[in-house]
Amino acid sequence: MYTPEMLESIKKVEATREARMGAELRRMTADEKEKLLNEFHPDYKQEGFTTLKIGPNKGDKAPVELADILQARSWVEKLNIDLGIVDYDVDVLVIGGGGSGASAAIEAHENGANVMLVTKLRMGDANTMMAEGGIQAADKSNDSPMTHYLDAYGGGHFKAQPDLLRKLVMDGPIAIKWLEKFGVLFDKEKDGTMITTHGGGTSRKRMHAAADYSGAEIMRVLRDEVFNRKIPLVDFTAALELLLDDEGNAAGAILENMETGEHFVARAKAVIIATGGAGRMHYQGFPTSNHYGATADGLVLGYRAGAKLLYQYTLQYHPTGVAYPPQIFGALVTEKVRSVGALLVNVDGEAFMHPLETRDVSAASVIRECGVRGKGVATPSGGRGVWLDSPIIEMIHGPGTIEKRIPGMMRMFGKYDIDIRRVPMLIYPTLHYQNGGLQITVDGRTTNVKNLYVAGEAVGGIHGENRLMGNSLLDIIVFGRNAGLNASKAVEGADKPKGLNIEHVRRFMKEAEDAGIKADAVSPKLFPAYARVGR
Amino acid sequence: MSEMVSVFLFGKKYDVPSGLTIMTAMEYAGYRLVRGCGCRNGFCGACATIYRVEGDRELKFCLACQKTVEDKMYVATLPFFPLLKEIYDIEKIGPTEQIMMQLYPEIYKCVGCNACTKACSQELRVMQYIAFAQRGEYEKCAEESFDCVMCGICSSRCPAGISHPQVGLLARRLTGKYIRPESAHLKDRVEEILGGNYDKLIEDFMGKPADELKELYNNRDIEA
Repeated sequence: MYTPEMLESIKKVEATREARMGAELRRMTADEKEKLLNEFHPDYKQEGFTTLKIGPNKGDKAPVELADILQARSWVEKLNIDLGIVDYDVDVLVIGGGGSGASAAIEAHENGANVMLVTKLRMGDANTMMAEGGIQAADKSNDSPMTHYLDAYGGGHFKAQPDLLRKLVMDGPIAIKWLEKFGVLFDKEKDGTMITTHGGGTSRKRMHAAADYSGAEIMRVLRDEVFNRKIPLVDFTAALELLLDDEGNAAGAILENMETGEHFVARAKAVIIATGGAGRMHYQGFPTSNHYGATADGLVLGYRAGAKLLYQYTLQYHPTGVAYPPQIFGALVTEKVRSVGALLVNVDGEAFMHPLETRDVSAASVIRECGVRGKGVATPSGGRGVWLDSPIIEMIHGPGTIEKRIPGMMRMFGKYDIDIRRVPMLIYPTLHYQNGGLQITVDGRTTNVKNLYVAGEAVGGIHGENRLMGNSLLDIIVFGRNAGLNASKAVEGADKPKGLNIEHVRRFMKEAEDAGIKADAVSPKLFPAYARVGR
Repeated sequence: MSEMVSVFLFGKKYDVPSGLTIMTAMEYAGYRLVRGCGCRNGFCGACATIYRVEGDRELKFCLACQKTVEDKMYVATLPFFPLLKEIYDIEKIGPTEQIMMQLYPEIYKCVGCNACTKACSQELRVMQYIAFAQRGEYEKCAEESFDCVMCGICSSRCPAGISHPQVGLLARRLTGKYIRPESAHLKDRVEEILGGNYDKLIEDFMGKPADELKELYNNRDIEA
């Protein structure tokens, strides 16, 4: 339960609740937003970044922690593995068991390819499973792909790759239809009309949801579909490095069993990197809403093989991570809580901003409120947070709304005796999403390594420099399917790759040596180092 | 956080700060987790855990990432349980009463002990949703089982060998695909897009000068 200081502040929140009910909050102007981001968003904090010294993006800016692993040693340097002995021989190798990997595998299978999926944890252990709020698609009569495009383009500071964004919005309704066909249980009216809401930065209510288990519902259905199709799955197995063939094209990967340490060679005519995000890199010391394995592995693999990164310097800090209680510090409080009416309120009970600004603006605003403005609520661990006033939801929509629409949130806080129907939640931004990643063309392929595809959060450029809520669940489906389809089509009837090698790794390490980099770390990181080391 | 409690991980005693979850207590003890750790946020069901607190005669069940440690807590994780997952083609089955009989006949062996419900890490009424499945009431089964994270604790407690999470999943897929009405506006929009109705419109829209797009964005009307 809350501390006495928090309870004191809650009284002020309760005192203003009635008055806040009908009041329309002003949205910020473009200039105000720009100034706010410049001063308070972590992406604009110089000391969080460094310049890459080697590789395809040499000279570009990257988060310090990402640069460290991109320029680290490779696991395979000390391995003595005979690449002539092939353990798995497939058309398409999908690395990653989340929503994009599953979508890619299903689509490759549908297209007749011999596809295999490897994942370092279980199938479905991915950020997809944790996406709560929903998935966007312009399928209502007052909406259109153009409106969706404009919302996403502007929300991403006009930096999205136009052809990728076009594909995202045009294929949006098709993706929802594909999921409906598999039996994903979307929230619907009795007549089948989708129940849709706003997300931060949307101009139409196009957020489709499955309560606040939207990603979990999608993931468990896609996982079931992978199983039903008997797509070969190698779980608890990580890719340590890509293999290239004698022409320098992607041709498989070196794998490691995470439990036994045994190594394997997987040969593939095409490889799809679907390794997801990077929250567990804890950029700038932020907590994260991401799953255990979110360590940017695919970026490391692709970068060493010569693939370019795009927007690797932009991350998404979700404005509403849990600030208290400590057991769930950094966990996601879905944006849907604000979609259904909750307000962001400071220590004095003032609603200090419109609750549905884009995520980057909202996060920067919360950081400002807790920082220079001194209007945050202190936590016992020395942090600060502001209130996300949930009880107002049921004053607007009636009793029972919270249990029906955001049951996951009610349960998560309920375990710590916090009833969000009666008291607000204390929140602070949490590292949520990797806006940047490997650059692709509209067919899902990396721009400069043949037969190497990327899908999902490992891609950079679909959303620009900030992503709207609900566009990530959409992108994993659209671009996962796209990569699966195009990879399988591209290698149809192709010969097996010849001359598997890791010369690119040796070259990369030579480049590092020449640049004077003396790294101790080995990457990909695979898991964060949470185990306490005794003496 | 300075106060310490004793937890027994797989029977071995470790002193850890109070306030940690079982999962972070394991990491404090020095475990580098590979099994039994997924989303760390209560959504994936990877960290099913059984525990008993000394002096308490009752076994308890939880997700390790969601449960705070207690003094003298004996902990065993259950990172995998051999659930039965039947293979089916969702296109070729329907929400018939026979389908459960064909795929998961053991649900009819339920003895009504309610051990599944008592063990559920999500506090779902598991036995109730199995009863709905038995009667072919798949939509009710879907709703009742909706928050299932498929951790498998229920099945580990079941004397009839039922794979409850798989039954719930099948009921939800049948409901989503066959029982809930198809979305008409979605179907229409997909047809419009596939028919090329938006091809030129989006092309023209994207082709607008950067300044005009910015202007449009900053002044767009927002649905109330």
